[in-house]
Amino acid sequence: MDDLLLNQFLLLGAVLFCLGVYGVLARRNAVLVLMSIELILNAVSINLIAFGAFWGTISGAVFALFVIAIAAAEVGVGLAIVLLIYRNRRSVDLDDMAEMKG
Amino acid sequence: MWLLEHAYLIPLIPAASFLLILFVGKRMPYKGAEIGIAALGICFVMALGTNWQWRTYVNDAEHAAEVKAGEDHADEGSAGSGPESEHSEEGLADGEAASAVVVASATAPTATELEFEVEPVRASWTWWQSGDVQFNVGMLLDGPAVMMLFVVTLISLLVHVYSTDYVGGDRRYTHYFAFLSLFSASMLGLIMSENTLQLLMCWELVGLCSFALIGHWWEEKPNSDAALKAFITNRVGDVGLICGVIILFFAAGGTFDIVTINEMAVNGDIDHLVLLVASCSLMAAVMSKSGQFVLHTWLPDAMAGPTPVSALIHAATMVVAGIYMVARLYGVFFEGFSIGTSSINPLAVIGAITVIGGAGLAFVQNDIKKVLAYSTVSQLGYMAMALGVGAWTAALFHLFTHAMFKAGLFLGSGSVAHSVHSFDMKEHMGGMRKFMPKTFVTFMICTAALIGLFPLAGFWSKDEILAGADQLGGSGGYTAFMVVGLIGAFMTAAYMTRCIYLTFFGEPHGHAADKEHPPHESGPRIVIPLYILSGLAIVAGFANLPKTGFLLEKLPSGSTLRFEHYFEPKGAYFPAVLDTFSHPQFNGYIALGSTFIGLAGIGLAYAWYWKGMGPQGLTSRSRLARAGHTALVEKYYLDKLYTDIIVGGVKGPIARAVYWFNQKGIDGVINGAGATAVKSGKFVYERIDQGVVDTIVNASGSAAGGSGQSLRKMQTGRVQQYAALLFAGAAILAGIFMIVI
Amino acid sequence: MVAQNIFFYLFAAAIVFSAFRVVTSNNVVHAALYLVAVLASVAAQYILLAAEFVAATQVLVYIGAIIVLFLFGIMLTRAKLGRDQGLTHKHWATGAATALLLFGVMAYALIDQFHWNQTPLPADTRLIAVNGSNTATVSDSMFSTYLIPFELVSVLLLAALVGAIVLARKD
Repeated sequence: MDDLLLNQFLLLGAVLFCLGVYGVLARRNAVLVLMSIELILNAVSINLIAFGAFWGTISGAVFALFVIAIAAAEVGVGLAIVLLIYRNRRSVDLDDMAEMKG
Repeated sequence: MWLLEHAYLIPLIPAASFLLILFVGKRMPYKGAEIGIAALGICFVMALGTNWQWRTYVNDAEHAAEVKAGEDHADEGSAGSGPESEHSEEGLADGEAASAVVVASATAPTATELEFEVEPVRASWTWWQSGDVQFNVGMLLDGPAVMMLFVVTLISLLVHVYSTDYVGGDRRYTHYFAFLSLFSASMLGLIMSENTLQLLMCWELVGLCSFALIGHWWEEKPNSDAALKAFITNRVGDVGLICGVIILFFAAGGTFDIVTINEMAVNGDIDHLVLLVASCSLMAAVMSKSGQFVLHTWLPDAMAGPTPVSALIHAATMVVAGIYMVARLYGVFFEGFSIGTSSINPLAVIGAITVIGGAGLAFVQNDIKKVLAYSTVSQLGYMAMALGVGAWTAALFHLFTHAMFKAGLFLGSGSVAHSVHSFDMKEHMGGMRKFMPKTFVTFMICTAALIGLFPLAGFWSKDEILAGADQLGGSGGYTAFMVVGLIGAFMTAAYMTRCIYLTFFGEPHGHAADKEHPPHESGPRIVIPLYILSGLAIVAGFANLPKTGFLLEKLPSGSTLRFEHYFEPKGAYFPAVLDTFSHPQFNGYIALGSTFIGLAGIGLAYAWYWKGMGPQGLTSRSRLARAGHTALVEKYYLDKLYTDIIVGGVKGPIARAVYWFNQKGIDGVINGAGATAVKSGKFVYERIDQGVVDTIVNASGSAAGGSGQSLRKMQTGRVQQYAALLFAGAAILAGIFMIVI
Repeated sequence: MVAQNIFFYLFAAAIVFSAFRVVTSNNVVHAALYLVAVLASVAAQYILLAAEFVAATQVLVYIGAIIVLFLFGIMLTRAKLGRDQGLTHKHWATGAATALLLFGVMAYALIDQFHWNQTPLPADTRLIAVNGSNTATVSDSMFSTYLIPFELVSVLLLAALVGAIVLARKD
């Protein structure tokens, strides 16, 4: 009980990941879905850092940095798309966007 | 004896010419006639050669027998050579021709002829074998065959030459000559056949050629009708032939060989009843083919064919096939009908009836060819009667002479008809002797031969028949038939004189009286055969000069009875070896009597026609006479009996029954089948096709559609749902991956 | 290590609770603020793992920029401020089931592989320092070993930037 166990961090990451998955699947607002995706990305980062610390290498941290950068890019583009959708449809309710129904 | 051994080539040459004419005849310069004439010419020469070699052959056999008899006599001493049957084994004896005549006077005390055996020349090939039975084709060359070879090839050659003028320019000239060749080949084959099966085959072939040639101008319906009548009537008789052949096959222990059958019949190895049945059944064939009463009705109608065909087939050769067949199988007939010992038998009776019946019908004909046709029927009756009374040589000799003068008569009538373009004597002829002197002379000579005036051919042959009828046979002999023969001679003379009067004398009628185109004598190709035949009609009778009676005993014995000497078979297969067989002796009184009767016939006819004496116009005054005349014109109502009563009676009910069966039975079945098919088709369509099959098909379609519809609900278009499925799937896969692996 | 454990669990609880509120909140802005809480707690976790530079970057970039972006997005899409009932699907149970399934699989895998109490992190959790500090180490690595990914990411950022502008401009 004294040491920090690797498993703790990994499990934490797993919980966060699953919560993010739930958010992606269950939320109707597109912005909220993007937020859930952020949760997933953070879970992945925890994983990376945890392993980096475990193996004593800096690569985990470097990759976590990359993840953060990419998350930023992705949110930017994602929100631009959501804005576009909002402009066209006056709504960001995902239930309404069933164009591919059939 | 090359020609004797290879005489089987003689029928093969016209057969080859038949094929050749069929294939290349149209392209030849003379349209195939030259092939036919060449072939028959070769055959005639070969036949002459065969006859000469046969003469040598018989002489050699005789000489060898003489030599042996001389040796035996030297052994035995003084005693004579015994009554009759001194046989010696003979085969082909080469050696110089012996001209010594075997009369008993030189070598033995008793005045009997030395019998010697002449073995027939044979050649045989096995065609096929089935179990124990062998089917052969081959050649049996003995006296009658050699004689017939000469007759057939001669008449055929003359007819070929005649035809080049008579049917020149015809629509089917080449075809005609092809069939003439085929007929010659078949007749020659029939003559030389060594077994009854081959005889049957050639018999049918000659019937076929007869059909083809009678119906040569088949575009006119009466001609094709006549051809059919000939063929079908012959067919009726052929049933008898087939039955007879089969009976003899089994009676002789499984062989078709003519020599064997005859030997067994003569030796008494075959049961008499069997021979009787076989003879009666073969008689049917004779009746149809040789125009005996009652199956003679086809012969007059057969005159629808071209005249040379009538001369060849229906006068000289084919119609004598029946007579020839009896002559060949004479052992069977002789024993079957007990000819030697009885005084009546079916063959003689039928022959006698034919003599009178045919002669009677000849009186009422206006068509010159029909007169000659009935005359042929009557003369064939003579031949059959001769065979019936046991005068074998007389019958064949009459066949020989009849061929000559009857062919001459037919060709002469053709010559006349060719110039007036009609055969009707009363309509278009009359006074033809002024226009056609050569034809007239030859016709007169042949008529005289037919009537039997001394010294022409008919005299000798007919009188031998009459003598035979008088002398042969059992108790009382066949004298009744001699009377019939004499009456027949009278009638022959009368109707032939009538015919000559109507044709050559009197005033010309119709076409003959045409002033712009008067009838003229025919060309050489027609006239020369007439000359040849009338010449033969004069001299042919001397071939069988009898040696007893009047002055004839003065003749050297080497010149009498030559026909009998060379052509009568001398072997165990001919009934001459039997005690019951005897040869008729010439009776001068009968001969004189028949000559006077013939002259009386001529005289009466002369009186009637030339002088107009006698009850002219009797038929218009007397009902009885008219009835008799009508009966003759209607040919004794025989045709009516056959066509209307027998055939109609059979045809009518059968036709009606078959029609009923066709309409009700067959059509009913077919219609029923059709209706059933329709109903079942409907059922299948409605129930099965639409009900079951379509249901299945539609169900599968709707199942697919339905499942598609239900699966479609998965496609909501909502991305989150897809994502849900994706994650769930990934989780499951990962789980499986981990847990299982 | 007891202190680290305590703080770990503290911040882990914070993360879990906040994340849970992100995905279940009825208020969009609240969700965004909860997201801030999550991000901050994650940064604290990074510190525990001796990744200071990453923690700092996390706070700066994520909370400083991305959350602002989110707030702008919320504002520009006229999300209903205040309670909003229609933020969760009717069929949220499917998502929950899927998430639970996924968690089950992952948990099983982790426990099975890393054994709950037998994989400790190294006692000296200071990452290998070339130049004595995390930042230096990171920069050294980034500009040597991971140079190309670094450049690629910068190009990516440029592309995202241009793309976002293109997409969102009013034409």
